[in-house]
Amino acid sequence: MSADRRAWDALDGVHDPEIPHVSIVDLGIVRSVTAAPDGSHVEAALSPTYSGCPAVSVIELDAEMALRQAGFRSVTVRRVMAPAWTTDWITPRGRDRLTAAGIAPPAGPAGGKGALLGHAPQVACPQCGSLHTERLSEFGSTACKALYRCRDCLEPFDYFKCL
Amino acid sequence: MTTISKDDLFTYALRLGDDSLILGQRLGDWCARSPEMELDMALMNVALDLFGRARGFLTHAGAVEGAGRDEDALAFRRDIEAFTNVLLVEQPNGSFADTIARQFLFDAFDLPFMEALTTSADETLAAIAAKAVKETAYHLRFSAEWVVRLGDGTEDSHRRMQTALDALWPYAHELFEMDATEDRLCAAGVAVDRGALRGRFDDMLRTTLTEATLTLPKSAWRPAGGRQGRHSEPLGLLLAEMQWMQRAYPGCSW
Repeated sequence: MSADRRAWDALDGVHDPEIPHVSIVDLGIVRSVTAAPDGSHVEAALSPTYSGCPAVSVIELDAEMALRQAGFRSVTVRRVMAPAWTTDWITPRGRDRLTAAGIAPPAGPAGGKGALLGHAPQVACPQCGSLHTERLSEFGSTACKALYRCRDCLEPFDYFKCL
Repeated sequence: MTTISKDDLFTYALRLGDDSLILGQRLGDWCARSPEMELDMALMNVALDLFGRARGFLTHAGAVEGAGRDEDALAFRRDIEAFTNVLLVEQPNGSFADTIARQFLFDAFDLPFMEALTTSADETLAAIAAKAVKETAYHLRFSAEWVVRLGDGTEDSHRRMQTALDALWPYAHELFEMDATEDRLCAAGVAVDRGALRGRFDDMLRTTLTEATLTLPKSAWRPAGGRQGRHSEPLGLLLAEMQWMQRAYPGCSW
């Protein structure tokens, strides 16, 4: 296995502590991985989801630990701000896993003016799939989520906001 | 090509950092005291976003200054005269309507401001803005919705929302003030021309206040001076609480 592959696999085992069901690779926050072919060094670039995300330092530390455990002796984890992370970078597998964990994945592409007045997205209930849902709160349990409720199965659920 | 003075860039990054830091700190005071749990989460989420960008701006300011001050030194070990935030963000929380009025005025300015800053010639400022602009769109949606809900609500909520807007409106003008420092940076493509944002701000206000059945305040008072370190008394109290631990135990961490 190439050193690059080994590094990506290691990072695929790292999770955002606030979204433990999806790896940081599936969340799309691993921007690049550069590993020396002999495995002596690796540099990983991560971008934070939200600028005030309290999980950023933990994720960076976990990523460094995972790379060391994968055998890299020298590890650099870099924080990149630009281009800014977007929910468009969540992989299809990541979206499936969010749904399986009861979190509705972002509906539609990021960066639309939908976040401005009035145009709430149509969000499918992760439990029963119904589109008959309503927003309870713009801000949910973490910075990246809003709180919704399904009007058919009556379950409340987290919705991963488009960003 | 215009050369950018280190002092100017430091001053600018510091101003942006201070605006975010002080507003975030103000909002933090609502923690566990908001009218509803959802509002508590919302206000704390907004505060976190503001702290996130404050860290970016202040870290950048410290690096540009090159005197060894990091984000913590700038946040916790400066005296009140050295803070350069606008007066709006330091105004006390007051009632929920006051907090919403302050937030709405700030957000309605901040969205076009951050959008414009994404094209700054300074890469760090542009990167922070690219992140901030998406968050601010949510902040504005939240605060504008509450202006409408309270304004177009009961007789009591309408009265309180109008009173809060009337009281805080005069402080909005300072957000659009330019000075020689920002003019020079603007010419160099680093700073945003604040005056050019006024049209969009006024449009946003007009639309929202109309929907909220509120009246645009008419006061001609234009308090200013925050950029020069001339602050109102409540900022001193805020800083005393925010800074006491680093003042008592400089450099302490856990």
